Amino acid sequence: MRVSETNSRLLYQTMKACGIQVVSALPESWLVPVIRMIGEDPEMKLIRVAKEEEGVGISAGAHFAGKKSAMVIPNHGLLAAVNPIVSLAHLYKVPLMMFIAYRGTFGDTYPWHTPGGTVTEPLLQALRVPYTFLDSPGSLERRVRDAQELAAASLLPVALLLKHELMMEA
Amino acid sequence: MKRIECLRAVYPQMEKRVVVTIMGAVAIELQSIGHRENFFYLQHAMGLASSIGLGLAVSLPEETIVVLDGDGSLLMNLGTLSTMALSGAGNIVHVVFDNQSYLSAGGSPTATSERADLEGVARASGIARTSSARSVEEFQTAFASALDSDKLTVLVAHVDTSGPSDWLTDLGLLENRFQFARYCQSLAK
Repeated sequence: MRVSETNSRLLYQTMKACGIQVVSALPESWLVPVIRMIGEDPEMKLIRVAKEEEGVGISAGAHFAGKKSAMVIPNHGLLAAVNPIVSLAHLYKVPLMMFIAYRGTFGDTYPWHTPGGTVTEPLLQALRVPYTFLDSPGSLERRVRDAQELAAASLLPVALLLKHELMMEA
Repeated sequence: MKRIECLRAVYPQMEKRVVVTIMGAVAIELQSIGHRENFFYLQHAMGLASSIGLGLAVSLPEETIVVLDGDGSLLMNLGTLSTMALSGAGNIVHVVFDNQSYLSAGGSPTATSERADLEGVARASGIARTSSARSVEEFQTAFASALDSDKLTVLVAHVDTSGPSDWLTDLGLLENRFQFARYCQSLAK
């Protein structure tokens, strides 16, 4: 099974169409093409982080300066970023657009991803982070725009879970 | 040397700068000298002041962002050094007040009290300019040359393990955050 270049490109184009200019990212295999495309775009600033929690700070700085930003991370990266989601984004009312590779769910063949897959949605619920799924090309832009609206209106983090059927070729 | 002496020495140069500080003594002491709308005090999320600084730096490329960090905070996010270096941003002056202590969390020693050398870590992480200061004069000179430079700078200031007696001020966290964001957005226009 291969990562879908077509849908990775659509995701990148949607982010760009939504005005996202600053992206922090930490790759995992599903995210390699989209991160590459962002990095090749001179109008977007890609910041390759060493750990996902840095992205919460980077997004906060970009937001304070009036720029739209996003984090592109795997769900284990969400686990690694829990503290600043609470102690920075919630405390200081910072909207975050978190694009999260939803590993370890239906269709994923790697056993090491499965514990993370099981806790991702309960964790988002515990953090009171609204989330939706990016699972098909047709609904992608609408859901990203709606998420951006909610993040901007609430000044809080939102999560977009990138599902297997979007990211991987059939 | 005392941290507040360093802050006083460079306060005039920070008056028009976008400044991000960590929580605890740095935030309290800078406010005691004089709060400004261009100062943001990150009162939690230990380690991320420099990450906020990086987000500001790439969003406001015409500005030089001053980050006032501490040893305990930086030790919690050492990856920020290689991330900043990799980003190519040259417009950050990252000051690390190293008092070898988690002072505002009760005063336990940090790893810099024994062996860790944060300037060395910064240099090895690819930071273009690094220096250390042990006197206020050294600090003032190093800070001024960092502001004049267009290279990413980490400046480690070795300061006494002493700080304020109270950790609260009457500046609301969200008041500070919205005021600061308005200031930054006025620069972006």
